[in-house]
Amino acid sequence: MNFQSMILTLQQFWAEQGCINAQPYDTEKGAGTMNPMTYLRSLGPEPWKVAYVEPSRRPSDGRYGENPNRLYQHHQFQVIIKPSPDNIQELYLDSLKALGVDPLIHDIRFVEDNWENPTLGCAGLGWEVWLDGMEITQFTYFQQVGGMETNPVAVEITYGMERLASYIQDKENVFDLEYVEGMTYGDVYRQAEYEHSKYTFELSDAQMLFTLFNMYEQEAGRAANENLVFPAYDYVLKCSHTFNLLDARGAISVTERTGYITRVRNLARKVAAAYVEEREKLGFPLIKKEVEA
Amino acid sequence: MAKDLLLEIGLEEVPARFLRAAMNQLREKTEKWLDASRLSYDKVEAYATPRRLAVLARGVAEKQDDVNEEVKGPSRKIAQDANGDWSKAALGFARSQGVEASDFTFKELGGVEYIYATKSLNGQEASALLPEGLKSIISSLTFPKNMRWGTYDFRFIRPIRWMVALFGADIVPFEITDVATNRVSRGHRFLGSETSIAQASDYVEALRGQHVLVDVEEREALILKQIRDLAEQKNWNIAIKEDLLEEVLFLVETPTALFGTFEESFLNIPQEVLITSMREHQRYFPVLDAEGKLLPFFVTVRNGDAKSLDVIAKGNEKVLRARLSDAKFFYEEDQKVAIQDSLAKLENVVFHEDLGSTGDKVRRIRQTADSIATQLKLGSETAQHISRAADICKFDLVTQMVYEFPELQGVMGEDYARKAGEKEEVARAVFEHYQPRFAGESVPASIVGSVVSLADKTDAIVGFFGIGIIPTGSQDPYALRRQAAGIVQILLDHHLELTLEQLFGLSIAVHEQAGHLKRSADEVRKDLHDFFELRVKKLLSDTLRYDIVDAVIAAGFGDIAAVVARGKALMHAVQHEEDFKTTVESFTRTSNLAAKAQEREVKPELFEDEAERELFESWELLHGQRETWAYAEEEGTMTAAAAELTALSGLKQPITTFFDRVMVMAEDEKVRANRLALLAAVDSDLKQFADFGKLVWQ
Repeated sequence: MNFQSMILTLQQFWAEQGCINAQPYDTEKGAGTMNPMTYLRSLGPEPWKVAYVEPSRRPSDGRYGENPNRLYQHHQFQVIIKPSPDNIQELYLDSLKALGVDPLIHDIRFVEDNWENPTLGCAGLGWEVWLDGMEITQFTYFQQVGGMETNPVAVEITYGMERLASYIQDKENVFDLEYVEGMTYGDVYRQAEYEHSKYTFELSDAQMLFTLFNMYEQEAGRAANENLVFPAYDYVLKCSHTFNLLDARGAISVTERTGYITRVRNLARKVAAAYVEEREKLGFPLIKKEVEA
Repeated sequence: MAKDLLLEIGLEEVPARFLRAAMNQLREKTEKWLDASRLSYDKVEAYATPRRLAVLARGVAEKQDDVNEEVKGPSRKIAQDANGDWSKAALGFARSQGVEASDFTFKELGGVEYIYATKSLNGQEASALLPEGLKSIISSLTFPKNMRWGTYDFRFIRPIRWMVALFGADIVPFEITDVATNRVSRGHRFLGSETSIAQASDYVEALRGQHVLVDVEEREALILKQIRDLAEQKNWNIAIKEDLLEEVLFLVETPTALFGTFEESFLNIPQEVLITSMREHQRYFPVLDAEGKLLPFFVTVRNGDAKSLDVIAKGNEKVLRARLSDAKFFYEEDQKVAIQDSLAKLENVVFHEDLGSTGDKVRRIRQTADSIATQLKLGSETAQHISRAADICKFDLVTQMVYEFPELQGVMGEDYARKAGEKEEVARAVFEHYQPRFAGESVPASIVGSVVSLADKTDAIVGFFGIGIIPTGSQDPYALRRQAAGIVQILLDHHLELTLEQLFGLSIAVHEQAGHLKRSADEVRKDLHDFFELRVKKLLSDTLRYDIVDAVIAAGFGDIAAVVARGKALMHAVQHEEDFKTTVESFTRTSNLAAKAQEREVKPELFEDEAERELFESWELLHGQRETWAYAEEEGTMTAAAAELTALSGLKQPITTFFDRVMVMAEDEKVRANRLALLAAVDSDLKQFADFGKLVWQ
């Protein structure tokens, strides 16, 4: 099954479970969790079901397109369901079957892995799912988001698409994956991988990035003070990505690191609190909808 | 009549590391509840797999025992007047307990007589008690990490998905979250299906039919057998580490061991790296040859049957290849970085905000290590090795490999240092200075490693004590207890002529110079003394009786080797010398009176009895003997401590004669004071060996 078919299959599968097929968010981010469709929507009492692909940038993982397993940008397929359904593990395993993975001829296991994202003040309990020893999915029950206890609890399923594809297509090198017939993953992404790595490690202007970080931080705070949740959150994401670029450049010492993470987290918390406030003012409309239905 | 009781809690995969404790807890709480509920039973068996925790209580009574319960009432004084008539209070008590006052009995408690009402309670049916009881057992389970799920306000280790509760063949009905008890369990996730359990005692076999081995011991034995069969078949030596086996055991419901291979070219990477990567990342068992050399194979245990093992092996090989490629990359990249450049990076690694960077710490280790080398009068070449080893002992903390595998600290440092052309003694010490890394590991074999290890550990303990971070109860985040035990063990095993007080002094001076001490040096010394007293006690208690430990520690423990030797000598005397008890009695009598002494100076001209002179001369003679004791040790006839104890024991006769013939508390004040001074002088020598008063005689 090629990369594109895998995405289409998962979209179809989760759409049938009642998930909205949302689109990737248009601001750089390190993980699908940071998309407001997850970060903000998993807050508060309203139910929510969504699935989307998220291109995720991890500047320090860039390897100039030379490493067979590591990428500046990889793809996560993200599913969020709130409240978590009782049969969520079975649904997940069915989705693997839809991708052609037969559990009887493979070894599939749920191995404890408690997930945390200190930058966003998120923590959850769950597993990494192993397919013949390879971690293919992160499976998490959110316990805390933006520093707030979640209630009800959302479950997050994050498929690592490149890893899963390398297994399904039996390829050693991510760039050899078939994206669609006649087109490899390398054809689509290799140049970007090289250029982003070169920029990140050799060319990026740390001074400018520090300035940007401060500006984004200030703007996020200004918007959050006006309870403009979404614009404020966009700037939080920009802060986070700028921090990642600086970190990859080696411009932030170990000592300063914690300080920067704390600054982003404080903003993220502020935005999270403002989001719940605003939804409450609106009377948590998605709860009403559910009652009507 | 009795029946079997089954409770199975069906869960989403529980973390392997918590399962055994959870299983034991479930058994204990079930037993406790049955006991408290007066339901007799034969035994309680417990089971656990990743997806379930279960107990099967055998032979549980169907009805509670009937019992007579005694309830205490008011005192007899209040209950009865002088004529023996019951008071209002007594009658009220009878009413409230539903008994007649005439049936009261009397019992004394703490010297006061009270009235008691005896009530007979009829036992209830077990089936009436079980629903609430089992529910309370489940709710009372505690875990290191709990979670919530869905919309429920209930915390547990992982979501509960089903529950089986059977008393004999009957369902014990109750609910937790939206899950109601039933007789339907679930089998292996892929090989099995749902299964209805007719009666409690069918449990183990019903699940076996669904490809789940619920019995932990049976599963463990099967895994071990599979691994050993593989080893025998292939002529391998498969290293089975206990904690890895434990984890694997709780990751599978149907185990099947299989093996895979990796490219031989990876064997150029140090063996520890490969083994750590296989164990920590992939939970594989490494494969060795008869000489303990790593072979390019691994063994893993699948959660399933023997179908398509080749597919699974191939998948695992692919993952391992990527992992080892990473390790190889780190290994090669790390070697391109000069040690000096790594050391520069340590300046940016915070050790503790009040104790500076790791770079600062390294400089302190160097200073302390140099002072120790001087104190021990080590040769100049050894001292140079120590200085260099201290300088570079932490450089590998900023290498990529140690970042990836923190447990390889020291191991990588040694390898990289050797490859970078450091002297063998220095490279070895980079590893050794972490030793002993866990209880039971040996201390550094070399003197260079030992000195750097002492400096590193002392720096940590003195540093944290200096800023008021002292381990209490279970709180010891910097593992200071382990490090203190390491210091004690090193001093002892290497017979180093260095006391704890000297060691603290050297490190305190370094911390003072760095401006880190937030408390007075005396306070820190006092806390260090108390902290190490416990460590030394613990060390001695492994081989010596507790009263002997207390006795010799009271005489000081700064010189570790000496306190151990004194303890051994005393233990030997207590166990093997026939009249040692009377010897000690003469010592304690001496000590008791010596406590009353005001004068310190003994004046022979005031002696009135020959016995006084005899004791005085014996005591004076003892003073000159320290060299003789050391000589005995060199001769190898006995330890200096044993010789000292023998000499002290020689005082028994003059002491006994003294007490027989002399009246210590004489009328004449001067004579009395002089006699007490004599006893105090003798006592001060005894106390340098031990506080004999602490010995306990059966």
